Amino acid sequence: MNLDFSQIVPSIPFILEGIGATLKFVSVSILLGLILGTIFALCKISNKKWLKWPADAYTSIFRGTPLILQLMIIHYAVPQLFQYDIPVFLSAVLAFGLNSAAYVSEIIRAGIMAVDKGQVEAAEALGVAYRPMMLNIILPQAIKNILPALMNEFISLTKESALVSTIGYLDIMRRAEIVGSQLYRNFEPLLFAGLIYWVMVFILSTIGRWVERRMRHSD
Amino acid sequence: MIKINNLSKSFSDNLVLENITTTIEHGEVVAVIGPSGSGKSTFLRCINLLESPSSGQILLHEMDITKPKINKLEIRKNIGMVFQHFHLFPHMTAFENVMYAPMKVKHQKRGEAEKIAKELLIKVGLTEKMDTYPNRLSGGQKQRVAIARALAMEPEIMLFDEPTSALDPEMVKEVLDVMKDLAKSGMTMVVVTHEMNFAKEVADRIIFMDGGQLIEEGEPISFFDNPQTKRAGDFLAKVL
Repeated sequence: MNLDFSQIVPSIPFILEGIGATLKFVSVSILLGLILGTIFALCKISNKKWLKWPADAYTSIFRGTPLILQLMIIHYAVPQLFQYDIPVFLSAVLAFGLNSAAYVSEIIRAGIMAVDKGQVEAAEALGVAYRPMMLNIILPQAIKNILPALMNEFISLTKESALVSTIGYLDIMRRAEIVGSQLYRNFEPLLFAGLIYWVMVFILSTIGRWVERRMRHSD
Repeated sequence: MIKINNLSKSFSDNLVLENITTTIEHGEVVAVIGPSGSGKSTFLRCINLLESPSSGQILLHEMDITKPKINKLEIRKNIGMVFQHFHLFPHMTAFENVMYAPMKVKHQKRGEAEKIAKELLIKVGLTEKMDTYPNRLSGGQKQRVAIARALAMEPEIMLFDEPTSALDPEMVKEVLDVMKDLAKSGMTMVVVTHEMNFAKEVADRIIFMDGGQLIEEGEPISFFDNPQTKRAGDFLAKVL
């Protein structure tokens, strides 16, 4: 055992810059996943087959294949197909956003389905149309089921984000690897990267627990 | 007011309503009774199209509402419904529950909707509970809010689907009292119920159903004292 953290000290700012890079692409991916996921969820609960079927197929494909494969296909196969040299940031956001949309759509769908069916009937019996029923009656109740699960999805997205180091995006992980290969010492920079990820996830989990408590309060 | 001709309803292979034919007059209070699983609720739910009939006709003011191109929402505006399990909107106060549909569906101004909601909550005896959320209300109070909510749309007819079956015994009366007042005020009502005393006392007519069929109908006194069919007689022997 000869751990020597003093050697990575000069490289710490370089690794820390990765936090911004990671957060930037994670937050854009979450946003993309949230928007697409909501649309897919609404398609899934629709009783129109032509809306439901594509959304189900989409979810099945993106949940049924490895995320790293989706990332590779977007980054390396798309250029081959379209002669377009896709920037790493765009590849990263597309892969994570599209993948997250599949999970988010399931979370939202399940949250909506968990609302008592009597609520729909009560609204229908009063002559309330579909849109106001969804917006004013069903979604406000579904949010309680959705938000905690959504926080978990954001946490796992943040952790999995380290995968983008494989296509050369300069996130925390990639920077730790670079420092490791420069110093011929991998343990210290990787351990440091691990610490950063843990702190980020810890903060997110704390927010998640707070959200969950708030939701339970309003019952 | 409502003419029902040969109404049938089946869920896949299961026939739950078979050739129901009857008429509900304006201002009439009809009690629908019968054993569990006899199709009473399904019959009621067909009237406001929560279930779509498999065959037959329902004529509301001579208009067949079972036609596919009919606007269900438009029909339901005029038909209030009260459910066994209340189905109040849990994230809204009693007051908001009553105001919601008139504002969203009939586009009433807030002031007007508030005035009507207030009047109705006074009428059902819940003046003090206006700003209370449903989870703080007793079953009987919830059901009275639900009645006020349905009445706020000023429907021509009210449907009650076992409105007291989910209540503790001591709360049944307060709900039935509200319904009695409503009946006295001339509201057209169809009430699926297990409360035989209420049916006897308040209804103008009894419909007895069993096995998805309308077995017998008639005035309460003659029906309860002298049922014409064996099935109705057997049922009454069990419940009275």
